[in-house]
Amino acid sequence: MATFKLNVNGQTKEVTVDPSTPLLWVLREDLKMTGTKFGCGISACGACTVHVGGIATRSCIVPISHIGDRPIVTIEGIGQDLVGRAVQDSWVETDVVQCGYCQSGQIMAAVALLKHTKQPTDKNIDESMGGNVCRCATYPRIREAIKNAAAELRKGGA
Amino acid sequence: MSIATNSHVLHRRGFLRVSFAAASGLLVSLYLDPRFAGAQEGGGQQPPAKVYPPDAFVNIRPDGKIVIQVNRLEFGQGVQTALPMLLADEMDADWKNVIGHLAPAADVYKDPMFGIQMVGGSGSIAHSFQQYREVGAKTRAMLIAAATDRWNTTADQCRTEASVVHGPGGRSATYAELAADAARKPVPTTVRLKNSSEMKLVGKKVKRLDSRAKCDGTLKFGLDLDLPGMKVAVIAHPPVFGARVKRIGDNEARSVEGVRDVFEIQLVKGSGVAVVADKFWPAKQARDRLKIEWDMTGVEAADSTELWTRYKQLSLTPGTVAVNGDLKAMDQVVARNRIVAEYEFPFLAHAPMEPLNTTIRFDGDRAEVWAGSQFQTVDQMAIAEVLGLKPEQVTFHTEMAGGGFGRRAVADSHVQREAATIAKRFRGTPVKLVWTREDDVQGGYYRPMHFHRVEVGIGPDGFPAAWRHVIVGQSITADTPFAAFVVKNGVDQTMTEGTADSHYNIRNLHVSVHHPKVNVPVLWWRSVGHTHTAFVMETLIDELALRAKMDPIAYRRKLLKPEAKKLLGPLALLETATAAWRNRLPKGHALGISCHESFGTGVACAVDVSIENKRPRIHRATLAVDCGLAVNPLSVESQFQAGVGFGLSQLMAKGAITLKGGRVEQRNFDGFVPPYIIDAPMAVDVHIVPSGEAPTGCGEPPVPVISPAVVNALARLTGKRYRTLPLANI
Amino acid sequence: MPAIRARLVVSAVAAVAIAAGAFVHARVVDRNTTTAQGLAAWDQVYSVLISPRCINCHTATDYPQQGDDRHRHVANVVRGGPEGKGVPGLNCASCHQETNADSTGVPGGHNWHLAPLEMRWQDTNDRPLSSAAVCRQITDRSRNHNLDGPGLLKHHEEEALVKWAWNPGRRPDGTMRTLPPMTHEQFVAATRRWVEAGTPCPAGR
Repeated sequence: MATFKLNVNGQTKEVTVDPSTPLLWVLREDLKMTGTKFGCGISACGACTVHVGGIATRSCIVPISHIGDRPIVTIEGIGQDLVGRAVQDSWVETDVVQCGYCQSGQIMAAVALLKHTKQPTDKNIDESMGGNVCRCATYPRIREAIKNAAAELRKGGA
Repeated sequence: MSIATNSHVLHRRGFLRVSFAAASGLLVSLYLDPRFAGAQEGGGQQPPAKVYPPDAFVNIRPDGKIVIQVNRLEFGQGVQTALPMLLADEMDADWKNVIGHLAPAADVYKDPMFGIQMVGGSGSIAHSFQQYREVGAKTRAMLIAAATDRWNTTADQCRTEASVVHGPGGRSATYAELAADAARKPVPTTVRLKNSSEMKLVGKKVKRLDSRAKCDGTLKFGLDLDLPGMKVAVIAHPPVFGARVKRIGDNEARSVEGVRDVFEIQLVKGSGVAVVADKFWPAKQARDRLKIEWDMTGVEAADSTELWTRYKQLSLTPGTVAVNGDLKAMDQVVARNRIVAEYEFPFLAHAPMEPLNTTIRFDGDRAEVWAGSQFQTVDQMAIAEVLGLKPEQVTFHTEMAGGGFGRRAVADSHVQREAATIAKRFRGTPVKLVWTREDDVQGGYYRPMHFHRVEVGIGPDGFPAAWRHVIVGQSITADTPFAAFVVKNGVDQTMTEGTADSHYNIRNLHVSVHHPKVNVPVLWWRSVGHTHTAFVMETLIDELALRAKMDPIAYRRKLLKPEAKKLLGPLALLETATAAWRNRLPKGHALGISCHESFGTGVACAVDVSIENKRPRIHRATLAVDCGLAVNPLSVESQFQAGVGFGLSQLMAKGAITLKGGRVEQRNFDGFVPPYIIDAPMAVDVHIVPSGEAPTGCGEPPVPVISPAVVNALARLTGKRYRTLPLANI
Repeated sequence: MPAIRARLVVSAVAAVAIAAGAFVHARVVDRNTTTAQGLAAWDQVYSVLISPRCINCHTATDYPQQGDDRHRHVANVVRGGPEGKGVPGLNCASCHQETNADSTGVPGGHNWHLAPLEMRWQDTNDRPLSSAAVCRQITDRSRNHNLDGPGLLKHHEEEALVKWAWNPGRRPDGTMRTLPPMTHEQFVAATRRWVEAGTPCPAGR
């Protein structure tokens, strides 16, 4: 057991856990933040995607001992961000979700893409979203929602 | 309006009735609509007359929010929006204030056709269409009755709109204000339902109610449940189905901090080792450190290679006849006019995104369950049996589920039984059983392996003059209560659907089956028999069209029976919808066509496919659909746009479960790879045939059409036929 | 070998190298290391370079590989441009941290990324290039970040991602990843002998 001080969505949180515990399970069970999902546990599906130090990160395979003081942003906090909010709104406007279980991860990956690429092409979307599984296969609407969010952000002069 | 329980009147009107008996002798009756056994006729049959008390379905809160109980699991299909739409429209409720709630297990929430609380067979809207509308209309009538009392007027002087009753002289009262009085009014026995011109929601594109919460991390799935004092359990399942624990080395496991217990647990077949801990990670760590010796004596070690050999041999021998066409008709066809085609379909895992889980707290004389279950009645009964309770002593909460595709509809309730067994040991403590993705991929309950052998004799007109079809595959329903009405004369109809009942006018169609017994538990997989039969039919029909030098749409139109309106309509609509592009594809692209009817809904599909990096790239899919009245056309569109992506699971290069020496060779999504965004169509446009007929399902019908359409396109690009799935690199 | 003869051999090698223009000029440290010895040393170096722990990131495609069977990396991870660090939604750093994560089976090292395409040691069908081709490539200063012999030696001796290959961590199933076919010390020693011989490359394609 060890104590870790974490910066989660702008707040300081302290947890005492086995250092080998993946960030995903610290978020879900120690911090009771269940918005980040468990889909596979081997970084193959992306349901666990959060941002660590500004980078889209698969939290199911990063032990808490590897985080340090890098700021963590989860689906619960991404709405505070201009791009995050635009993506969430676009997801709702475009009626993307079905079962919804993968969508936290999809949104976090999409936000990372849009922060970097203001006018993503289909190829950009293929590549940045290409590692997130949606078993319901809402992919066509995900693609559309990303383009809609990009358009909205451009309108806002971002 | 509080929820009260009324007695129900059941009129048994010649529907098949089968007893689903638990060991304790409790009976749950399954009423099976005869439609299940064959082609669906939209709106033909009436559900058994049953009283559905409005207060079990609608709760009008003082703040004006209207909570509508949804009688089946929401797991992506949109039922939590569509069923409330039906009710809210008839009720004239303000849609902005409607909340859909997943109903707990209770008699009143049973599917009117099947007589159990369930979701499956794409029956949610089809079976509850009338029911929810009636409840909505009755609720409205009761609200008006309360208003007329208050104002001393008559119903014909009142109208309703957006949760308000308007009376003569400018009077009005909100539903919230009237709710208490309305609850005391008698429930009308008959009501008038709206005609389509009066509908405000039904038939319109309505956005989902659960979107926002699924986008901001607030919506809780079963796996997200957190209760005070809760423990988490995982189970080490046997590596070969049915094996038993011989010896457990658990010193290392027990030394993991947070582990509470390690013990052998009886499973539906065989036994395993359960680990219970304070949290998931210590439970998983401990399980990884277990050293278990397994007893495999007497356990059949299924092996895919051996099964293919066995299945192929069986296909060459006479099977149990499903359709008794004239076998001698083939003798009239010379060899060069015959096609012999052999098809292989591997085991498929459902692999819903949310791993299986159930939380149970056992308190001795009662229990509480939280589960995203497709089969609440069945699961509730199984849990009660394990805990030594009556079903009514088990409160069963339906949680939102992250997908299912049939995986959460299991007749033996094996996951629930595991959870109940553990909960029984931890009386008073909620225990959450979690299946990891490895448990899921390796844990069985797959779409069975199938082998098809088809011999087609082509007539001089280019159409089939004889068709001999043998299907080999495990019976999904054997040894379950469903077998009683799905298996007829030794034929499990969930295997022959789509072939035996084909809407093509195939002369001298002969279909026979073999149902080998294999030590691999099997289950539905979204669209069930149609997953493989549609592939066979639509690729063969395509080959015949090519040989006859006919346009693939025109060929199908000619071969379909004139009664096949639910396919002819979509084919015509498809032609129109694709007129601009289907014969003008760029170089390196090809068109693929298919059509198939399942669960009462007819679908025609056109795809634009090229080959990129040895895989099919689907640039576009156009779908034309006849699902009767589209209650929520936006939901129908979504179901089809996404459902075809799910269907493409069958083509993925690593989209197969294989067994070697009894062990499943795949472990996780690295070995059983689902479609990612690059594997799905880039765009899908959906066209709905306008219809006022009773609604039919949209959950499963998208799945069967896509794989054959894509493979038909590939055949035009490469000249090769693809009859072995999954699709290897091209 | 007599000293004069060795010097002649060395000079001949150097002359060939100068003439060819594309080969690294090695500052000869030990006159006793012959071309034959250098080539033998290179064989050893090559055997390490094409072992899975190294070659999996030296691909010719837009994806990395993983595992001893060198299958395509899970989750459609892609190269993402010349830096080889992935794409915004899916970086190398999305999973690979500064050190190995043994509890979850994900390898890690400082600045985890794909070798640039100039340093591909496979063809586009994922087959390792020949010893001659790899040798020519890594001694080509226009492609190897302008490293000379000592530079290459230093790279092999000190670069974090190179050294990672000998501390590759555990797989998700708990087993240790396979190491390259010799120790790091032996690899460095072989590199040194090869460099001392003037980084000779085998003939052929």
